[in-house]
Amino acid sequence: MNRRQAYEAAERRRSLTIAGISTVVVILAIMFLVPLAPGWPQVKASFFDGAVFADTFPTLLKAFMIDVMIFAWSVPIILVLGLAIALARGAQAPALFPLRIFGAVYVDVFRGVPVVLTIYLIGFGVPGLGLPRPWNSPYIWGTVALVLTYSAYVAEVLRSGIESIHASQRNAAICLGLNERDTMRYVILPQAIRRVVPANMNMLVALQKDVALLSFIGPVEILRQAGIYKSLLANFTPYVVAAVIFLLVTVPATRYADYLLNRDRNARS
Amino acid sequence: MWKLLTTAALGTVLMAGTVAAQSCAEGKTLTEGKLTIATGNPAYYPWAIDDTPENGQGFEPAVAYALALEMGFAREDVVWTRTSFDQAIQPGTKDFDVNMQQFSITPARDKIVDFSEPYYTAPMAVLVRGGDGIEPNLAALKALKWGVVATTTALPVVMQTIAPTSSPLVYDDTANVAEAMKAGQIDAALFDLPTALYLSAVVLEGGQVLGQFAADESDNPDHFGMIMTEGNPLKECVDAALGRLKKDGSLAGIEAEWLQEATGVPLIQ
Repeated sequence: MNRRQAYEAAERRRSLTIAGISTVVVILAIMFLVPLAPGWPQVKASFFDGAVFADTFPTLLKAFMIDVMIFAWSVPIILVLGLAIALARGAQAPALFPLRIFGAVYVDVFRGVPVVLTIYLIGFGVPGLGLPRPWNSPYIWGTVALVLTYSAYVAEVLRSGIESIHASQRNAAICLGLNERDTMRYVILPQAIRRVVPANMNMLVALQKDVALLSFIGPVEILRQAGIYKSLLANFTPYVVAAVIFLLVTVPATRYADYLLNRDRNARS
Repeated sequence: MWKLLTTAALGTVLMAGTVAAQSCAEGKTLTEGKLTIATGNPAYYPWAIDDTPENGQGFEPAVAYALALEMGFAREDVVWTRTSFDQAIQPGTKDFDVNMQQFSITPARDKIVDFSEPYYTAPMAVLVRGGDGIEPNLAALKALKWGVVATTTALPVVMQTIAPTSSPLVYDDTANVAEAMKAGQIDAALFDLPTALYLSAVVLEGGQVLGQFAADESDNPDHFGMIMTEGNPLKECVDAALGRLKKDGSLAGIEAEWLQEATGVPLIQ
């Protein structure tokens, strides 16, 4: 080890020590100071009741499977529709101008309206037209609302990916004799999609959380189940349980998205 | 001399007022000399008329003003405020003395907040839309798709007494349940009788009350109590005043006036 490396190692040790000490100090401060607050016993009883935690955990975990299910069938539809909208917005031919307008309006509307509102309006409104069972199911129309909203976001992400591909790629493809469709399919999209994978991972994490909003139109998934327990027990601990269950899934997912982002950045630099 | 007399007279009047108002509740209310009563936002008919409890119209405002008077508060000393269900049960200081919005008394809730003595006992009633072909018996009820409001005790009653074959859908408030029924997403809903009568008569076109569960037959007779913070010293004054209102028949009179005559449908004996 040369002097330079030894110096850097010492510096690293020093910063690690400082980071460790400050972390411990902050945690200890929280652990000691929060219980000193006059309302802590009540907050502890309402939010961190061990018995309630243990009692409600299994049912809440089971209710979470509904969220996972809705998430699982929403994702492929969102990706396909998002790509279609992104391509519609990027259509070059003059005759396809209506398609571009449609894409722009679609993205503006569904990115602009809060997800909960879309869920309410579609979840109650469309079945209210008189659809027979099972086609008026809140699961179907809740999923439609999520798909509409998230495909608008995903379309924008994909479009930014498509636009980030340098014009020289397109020109090179044309020189090779590829037509516009094949250029998009074999040259632009493969690069664009790879480039926006980390951003879309973020969208998926957000989607996984927003699935819980379907509880507003009837399904008893984890958020609603926690709300039911809250009402029955007059205790907020079930919400903490639900938050913990969400974190078990979303933290690894966000870490993976970060990892992809870093890898992408390192590969480019 | 005149000045002295006026001052003395005024003093006596004020003293008298103060003494009367504070015999029991003195120093126990949020604001000295005022009784702060919370209700829902919005406050629904028939519990409050026109969402304005200040005018004393409707069962709960009428009970509130009678109670306040019994406790020694003049009409103008009653202050109204609004809370959600969650604000009523969350830990910490509350911005109301008593909270009155059809809270069912349950042992689990009683651990977290204080309940007054019950001021009303509601039988549970089944609300359906276009229910001509449905027999009001348990076997027929089992086959229906149920919807309930999350914060009421209707869900445990549906699960235990009716035990439907498909799991019930759960909503935030009565308006959403009515909307789901219009959209054909649910067949039947369980409410306390006055709410069911109101929904069938006013909100839900083609709605009808299929039948009711006698309060004494049900495992879970729905007693409504006012919520106070845990350990609130005001509870004894509220309970004593409620006891007097029950004994002299004024509570029953208020119930007859606002829940039987106002809804236009007599209670089924």
